[in-house]
Amino acid sequence: MTATAGWTPDQPIVSLKDVHKSFGELEVLKGVSFDVMKGEVICIIGPSGSGKSTLIRCINALNNIQKGSIKVEGQEVHDPKLDKLELRKKVGMVFQQYNLFPHKTALENVMMAPVLVLKQDKADVEERARKLMAKVRLQGKEDNYPGELSGGQQQRVAIARSLAMNPDVMLFDEVTAALDPETVKEVLVTIKELAQEGMTCILVTHEMGFAREIADHIYFTDRGVIVEHGPPATFFTEAKDPRTKKFLEQIL
Amino acid sequence: MEDYFRELAEQAPRWNFIWMYDERQQGKILSGIWMTINLSIACVIFSVIIGVVGAWMQGAKSAIVRGIVQAYIQFFRNTPPFVQLLFFYFALGQFTPAVVGEDGWTVTPIISNVGWAIIALSFFAGAFNVEIFRAGIEAVPDSTREAAESLGFSRLQTYTEVVLPLAFRVSLPALNNNLVNLVKTTTQALAIAVPELLYQARTIWSDFPSAQYPTMILVWVVYILLVGVLVFGMHRWERAMRIPGYGQ
Ligand SMILES: Nc1ncnc2c1ncn2[C@@H]1O[C@H](COP(=O)(O)OP(=O)(O)OP(=O)(O)O)[C@@H](O)[C@H]1O
Ligand SMILES: [Mg+2]
Repeated sequence: MTATAGWTPDQPIVSLKDVHKSFGELEVLKGVSFDVMKGEVICIIGPSGSGKSTLIRCINALNNIQKGSIKVEGQEVHDPKLDKLELRKKVGMVFQQYNLFPHKTALENVMMAPVLVLKQDKADVEERARKLMAKVRLQGKEDNYPGELSGGQQQRVAIARSLAMNPDVMLFDEVTAALDPETVKEVLVTIKELAQEGMTCILVTHEMGFAREIADHIYFTDRGVIVEHGPPATFFTEAKDPRTKKFLEQIL
Repeated sequence: MEDYFRELAEQAPRWNFIWMYDERQQGKILSGIWMTINLSIACVIFSVIIGVVGAWMQGAKSAIVRGIVQAYIQFFRNTPPFVQLLFFYFALGQFTPAVVGEDGWTVTPIISNVGWAIIALSFFAGAFNVEIFRAGIEAVPDSTREAAESLGFSRLQTYTEVVLPLAFRVSLPALNNNLVNLVKTTTQALAIAVPELLYQARTIWSDFPSAQYPTMILVWVVYILLVGVLVFGMHRWERAMRIPGYGQ
């Protein structure tokens, strides 16, 4: 990956400062700031509609912002001169609804971006894609179409598809929310392995037990602001803000 | 065989299968069928191209481009193809240059009546195809497009690799219907004297009224077969394009 001029790995890999985002009249993010260091895993939790998805979508420029700054490896994401492709190479994203390409097999889904976007050699990509399929424990499912896979399997293909681009940061937006309880675990195991290998991860999740287990830092958002944050050890036991307490009481 | 039909024509004067024994009439029928097939194939191809390009232009940023496509669709969808053929040939045909032959007095327009028929009918069916493909494109979820975008696909790559292949599958049944209609509409090219099957059939039965019934039956049969082949092919194609576990 090409290093961005001026950025060194001891600086935050993702840095948000006073981010504001509105959809028309509706202000969804009202000044969000946080830093993520390389290799860190952070979890964002909060009630529905508090702007978690919007926040994560702003980080890879699927949404624009009105004010503030988002930097990935020192590069301003919302700089109009930014080459979006450079950003997309660094940041991988996994969606709640998997969003696989239904007309391509699992393996083709994983191979498509490196071949088309990065113009890598097809045979090399295939070899890597097969390894990634094994990594997400989907050996033997390479030639199945998304419609022939379970939700949990599709989501793991989606993770492999993102990893095929060799990103530096992975964004996960409630990736287990559409799954039934038995399959949630298989996806969480995959994410956990990634985190343990040192992948920088930003997760939106409702799985509190999981957040507690893998997060280095937890952020609680409500109505477009970060209400409270801290490492899991203290966050769950020593929440001070009444909104956080209420949320945790409901969910735990 | 020929003798049988000759005898039949004598015994039953309304059942003169003239093209079964008269070579000249047989030639007319065959060239009519050939013209109909060519006309159909050309119009199918051009109308599909118009459909894809038009649907793509409908997604353009420029309001002017979208307005032009919309005006085109309204014009061709809301007027009879018969009138369109006459208009193209007699009105627009006036303004296209003509080539004067070597003898100095024969004038051949660079676009023949067959050419105008192909143009008019392609634009006619193309207007429907634009709408058909647009509906298909709209059926592709935004989230699928976003997934491509977040993987670094360019707009064009997203369109050609993800949106079109999915939209096309959704569009096939409606496209199928429209193309069947198109093949049937080629008969209207006789308005500008395109020598397709119906045109030839009419010349036969005006010369030989005794051949009217058999020739009409022949026209029916040929169209049933032609459309049958088209529908069969389209269904085969639909089946070949089907994605396991998707959209059923
Ligand atoms: N494209 C959009 N246009 C208009 N409003 C939007 C759009 N996307 C999101 N919103 C609004 O922004 C607010 C925050 O939405 P967001 O999806 O970020 O919430 P969330 O925290 O992810 O919620 P959930 O937990 O339900 O996924 C909501 O009120 C939503 O209606
Ligand atoms: Mg959300």
